[in-house]
Amino acid sequence: MENLRNFEQVCAILKEHDHNPNRLIAILQAVQDVYRYLPEEAMTFIATSLGIPPAKVFGVASFYAHFTLEPKGRYVVKVCDGTACHVKKSNDIAEALRKHLGLNPQSQTTPDMLFTLETVSCLGTCGLAPALVINNEVHGLQTPQSAVELVSEIQARETAVHA
Amino acid sequence: MMTMVDLKGLKAKAVEAMESEGTLRVVVGMATCGQSAGARRVMDTLKKDVAELGLDNVKVAVTGCVGMCTYEPILEVLEPGKKKVTYIRMDPEKTARVVKEHLQGGKPVLDYTVGHDHAGNLKNLEDLQFYAKQERIVLRNCGAIDPENIHEYIARDGYAALRKSLLEMTPQTVIEEMKKSGLRGRGGAGFPTGLKWSFAAPNKADQKYIICNADEGDPGAFMDRSVLEGDPHAVLEAMAIGGYAIGASKGYIYVRAEYPVAVERLKIAIGQAQEMGLLGRNIFGSDFSFDVEIRLGAGAFVCGEETALIASIEGKRGMSRNKPPFPANKGLWGKPTIINNVETLANVAQIILKGADWFRSFGTEKSPGTKVFALGGKINNTGLVEVPMGITLREVIYDIGSGCPHGKAFKAVQTGGPSGGCITSADLDTPIDFDNLVAIGSMMGSGGMIVMDEDNCMVDIARFFLDFTVDESCGKCTPCREGTKRMLEILDRIVAGEGTMQDLENLEDLAENIRLTSLCALGQTAPNPVMSTMKHFRDEYLAHVQDKKCPAGVCKALLGYVITADCKGCTKCKRVCPVEAITGEVKQMHVIDQALCIRCGACFNVCSFNAIARN
Repeated sequence: MENLRNFEQVCAILKEHDHNPNRLIAILQAVQDVYRYLPEEAMTFIATSLGIPPAKVFGVASFYAHFTLEPKGRYVVKVCDGTACHVKKSNDIAEALRKHLGLNPQSQTTPDMLFTLETVSCLGTCGLAPALVINNEVHGLQTPQSAVELVSEIQARETAVHA
Repeated sequence: MMTMVDLKGLKAKAVEAMESEGTLRVVVGMATCGQSAGARRVMDTLKKDVAELGLDNVKVAVTGCVGMCTYEPILEVLEPGKKKVTYIRMDPEKTARVVKEHLQGGKPVLDYTVGHDHAGNLKNLEDLQFYAKQERIVLRNCGAIDPENIHEYIARDGYAALRKSLLEMTPQTVIEEMKKSGLRGRGGAGFPTGLKWSFAAPNKADQKYIICNADEGDPGAFMDRSVLEGDPHAVLEAMAIGGYAIGASKGYIYVRAEYPVAVERLKIAIGQAQEMGLLGRNIFGSDFSFDVEIRLGAGAFVCGEETALIASIEGKRGMSRNKPPFPANKGLWGKPTIINNVETLANVAQIILKGADWFRSFGTEKSPGTKVFALGGKINNTGLVEVPMGITLREVIYDIGSGCPHGKAFKAVQTGGPSGGCITSADLDTPIDFDNLVAIGSMMGSGGMIVMDEDNCMVDIARFFLDFTVDESCGKCTPCREGTKRMLEILDRIVAGEGTMQDLENLEDLAENIRLTSLCALGQTAPNPVMSTMKHFRDEYLAHVQDKKCPAGVCKALLGYVITADCKGCTKCKRVCPVEAITGEVKQMHVIDQALCIRCGACFNVCSFNAIARN
């Protein structure tokens, strides 16, 4: 929480964008890159600095799918559910991962903050459907089994590091 | 400042650099799809081995997507005066062997190439049937040049069209040429580009804007990503030409944040063009100045709609508004603004350079030129294909795509994404153009073409698209915000086996109302996937409602898997189950725990004894 109250990085981002309210989306994107989500304090701070109502900042942040108001896990697994993936049964991949990680569509992050599981509309790698992305690395031609294996590997690695 | 002589000289130098005697040019497809198939490791090995062996005549370059996703990672070797060699499905080991035997030893490694005849004559990508019916205008540089090197773009006549526009044409003659070409917007609706430009041109304003819509949100379409990743300068050049035509000195590219590779290459391209004076002040010594800025989308499908996109660039929630006023009169920050899609722009330089008549020699009378389709779903050759308008769906799906895999029966092809519809085999001989697709109940959309086979449930597909539009509705107008939700609830009931005949009637009523009363195209077209599937596959809806059955075996509430007495206890199903729902000892009959089973059908697919029954 220490760095939440210390808005140095947010100030730098605001300055880079000339405190221009027209650039609100770009500012929020940059701030989210720092915290990996948008803390309420940061949004209020941004609103005050730009001279716009906090409701406007919150309105924009809650409108766009990329912004998240809650912290995410260290590994964000995005299962593509675009049309090409859907017709190749991407649902089963999401379902198998949910079961494996003990998640459901309402709670998407594991209690240990290691994994967040999301489904996304289309990653644009339809030629290699069904696809999933783990922290920006695309994995194509997946099956429920191979997806669970990918996640298990990460879990094993993390356990080894902590042991 | 660049003059005409500069560009010609640059071109000559760039061509020399790419095709000089004795040089081997080795390119690796590094678009997103190539990278996700492992192209980066291929590239690393290639660079390392070439350096270690001291092969000074080998020039390694990155390139964009050649369109054949199933063959990625692809590596090609180009030698002046010789036929290009295409290596497919490469990995680091194969690459090491190619470096040693081909690049150093001069002997192509036949096993890894895309094919050869009995005499050992190599085939390359262009010899494949996949390419036989294609015509590359938009994708002409994708997979051919290094998108991160402006000189390679110039080598292929890059920026010559901008030069011609600025020095030999007036804004009016540019617009006239575009009008004559008949180019129609490739983003979906097919509005004539030249006409659009002519709306903004006469408006007097201290500032006008041209925006490139690269917010490719249609699930199942990725041609814009491919163009941006493979040929970013073509888009920049077209934006500058458009800016000149309408009198705009500033351009924005609104691109999806989901496309990091495209964003990076655009940044590099803008930097290079600025450095060489191809963007900036007094381009080619004319009094025309133009610059481009990138804005990242934040994940909202509705931002593909013009007025919503403008709101988003202004830093607001991306909600559409009533038209008029049209953006050409009052757009970004109230100034005249023209918005064109990536693929549309990728045609512009070619039209200016080669003329409207040349462009009109492709395609049909009302839809000249080509269209890029993203071929996906249940089809053997997935990938990007560019075909002349007027080709039939059958040619695309069977001659280019080579049909459905595993001998499954073709059921439908979906075009137009969440705004489009499903086309059945009865309409496969329809020549593809903007108007014909609408006539058979679908639309061009941005060019996603998803093939479905007998294993796909059409009710599930309709529900899938509705789920998407409910999620993506901006919430401003009631028919779209509330109406699509009600439709989704009905479809949820139907796939759960709880639908009634009244539900089907209500669906049709709602669909019609939403189509007629929504504010923007998102709502107006949202019912299309439901209407077209209800029209062509009514029997499937009836099966769900009356018989409580999903004929394709997709809707899980209507499905269950049980192991029958035919089980030999081979344990194959137990091993393949992703949730450990199957128990049983070797040579004993196995059992599925219905509470754990997620009905994915993995066991059903692997069982060699037909001992798993689906109901």
